[in-house]
Amino acid sequence: MGIISKKDTKLIKDPLADNNPITIQVLGICSALAITAELKASLVMGIAVLFVLGIGNVVISLMRNIIPSKIRIIVQLIVVASLVIIVDQVLKAYAYELSKTLSVFVGLIITNCIIMGRFEAFALGNGPWRAFLDGIGNALGYAVILLAVGFFRELLGSGTLFGIPVLGDPIEKTGLYSTGYENNGFMLMPPMALIIVGLIIWVQRSRNTTLIED
Amino acid sequence: MSLKSNLHNLKEKYKGTKIAPAFNALHTFLYLPNEITHNGTHIKAADDLKRTMNTVIMAMVPCLIFGMFNAGYQHHLALGTIESAQGFLGASFWSWDNLLIGMWKVLPLVVVSYGVGLAIEFVFAIIKGHEVEEGYLVTGMLVPLIVPVDLPLWMLAVAVAFGVVIGKEVFGGTGMNILNPALTVRAFLFFAYPTWMSGDKVWVHGAVERAGTADAISGETILGSYAQNNSVIYDYWDMFWGIIPGSVGETSKFLIILGALFLIFTKIGSWRIIVSTLVGALCMGLIFNGVVDAGWISSSSKFFGLMSVPFWQHLVIGSILFGAVFMATDPVTAAQTNKGKCIYGFLIGFISIMIRVFNPAYPEGVFLAILLMNVFAPTIDHYVVQGNVKKRMNRLKVKTA
Repeated sequence: MGIISKKDTKLIKDPLADNNPITIQVLGICSALAITAELKASLVMGIAVLFVLGIGNVVISLMRNIIPSKIRIIVQLIVVASLVIIVDQVLKAYAYELSKTLSVFVGLIITNCIIMGRFEAFALGNGPWRAFLDGIGNALGYAVILLAVGFFRELLGSGTLFGIPVLGDPIEKTGLYSTGYENNGFMLMPPMALIIVGLIIWVQRSRNTTLIED
Repeated sequence: MSLKSNLHNLKEKYKGTKIAPAFNALHTFLYLPNEITHNGTHIKAADDLKRTMNTVIMAMVPCLIFGMFNAGYQHHLALGTIESAQGFLGASFWSWDNLLIGMWKVLPLVVVSYGVGLAIEFVFAIIKGHEVEEGYLVTGMLVPLIVPVDLPLWMLAVAVAFGVVIGKEVFGGTGMNILNPALTVRAFLFFAYPTWMSGDKVWVHGAVERAGTADAISGETILGSYAQNNSVIYDYWDMFWGIIPGSVGETSKFLIILGALFLIFTKIGSWRIIVSTLVGALCMGLIFNGVVDAGWISSSSKFFGLMSVPFWQHLVIGSILFGAVFMATDPVTAAQTNKGKCIYGFLIGFISIMIRVFNPAYPEGVFLAILLMNVFAPTIDHYVVQGNVKKRMNRLKVKTA
């Protein structure tokens, strides 16, 4: 990549795999469990966090030398809150149905540990460009897991992907349903999201054993 | 050459390779191995893990056979082709027709349960390079006993795979699991395919296909009727002998009690857990009876039906007895200390009846209660041990002072 140096590429690549915010740092689990029953909601949540974390990291990074360290948490919260309100209003204006599905969880992006974690751990100590890349990288890492979990939960739980039926019609008994297949209601419940995240962690750690800590 | 020496040769041939555990498992399962422990003196006891598991299975076999007869009997009875059997020895119950239908429906459940479960055990043993453990032998037998007779086989296969992998293998296999794998299977089925696990259609073979047609038949369980505030058509002896609709193996309280006595006599099952579970259930039943007697709830309340059941009857309806005898006593997931076992069992009984009464959507709360207490068992043990340590420390202080 031309404009991004090799060191900076790592900022984006690492959170996607070996330093994933959800599966390795185990942050942001709450929203990952709550909204992944549908792929569409997962995607929108991923984009929302991408927006908030990308811009928030830059803003905090720009202000890092003028924020008094005693009140830095409050300043960070204000930055996140303003960005989240923008996301919330945009969703309500252009995707009202979806904003109802996501309900309180858009507001709860404020308390998503990934965001505060990146502000604290990275944006406060790095320049705006690197902070931006780090924010994008971590948000993408978060979104990838959300999409993976959402894919399995929606496919097996409702037989749809992005709301489009892919396995046939469960009421008319067409497609796969004609063979006696049924949707798995457990998939739509949050505990199953926890189990799927656990399985992803399992697969990831057995492929890369250096990640296993005792 | 006999199968045994064949297997032995295969074992020697593949020693050290990846599939060695598979041959070892077959060999140990079918025969007594030639090897003995090599160093140190060792106490020989006949009840190794394999023997323990076989004893439990023997205790369950009567329930399974009865379940087959019952499956056919309920089917024919609902169709109206036979008279109702009066009592345990009724001629219309122990008939070939009943057994044939029962075998046709129940044996595939057993085969799928063992096939899928053991296949996963073998795969994991090969991946991890350890010996195949006997733990699945009991689970594989329990699973067909606690599901409705008409459950589609593929659902059972999916659930068994889930139960063995998530309930057991991720924690490190037999002996390391926190949750009872058989109950994990049932919980998965219950939440994943609720229409196949509850309601008034699934307990009698053939009821689901006939639903909505002119030949519709119904087979509501007793708990189902109570939860709907309907009147119950079975008398208590029917419930005790088990000629009622329900999961395959849990209906006959008589045979479960026989199994329980067998397990207690052979010292495999803990009588502390069994007794304290029943005591817990009776206590909760008494409390609810007290609430009804005091007039705190009206008969229009949706809890009234189950709350007004005389407390002792809670033991003959539903599967609390089966849960207490075969599920709660699982030595891996139960509490280990004697005092802990009493607390653990008491809470299982107590919570089972509470769920049964307060949540009409889950009339069968026994499995949820046992799973919950499985999770708490280590905590209970911890505090029992700590309490003991404290007591001894105090004694020491008194002595030295």
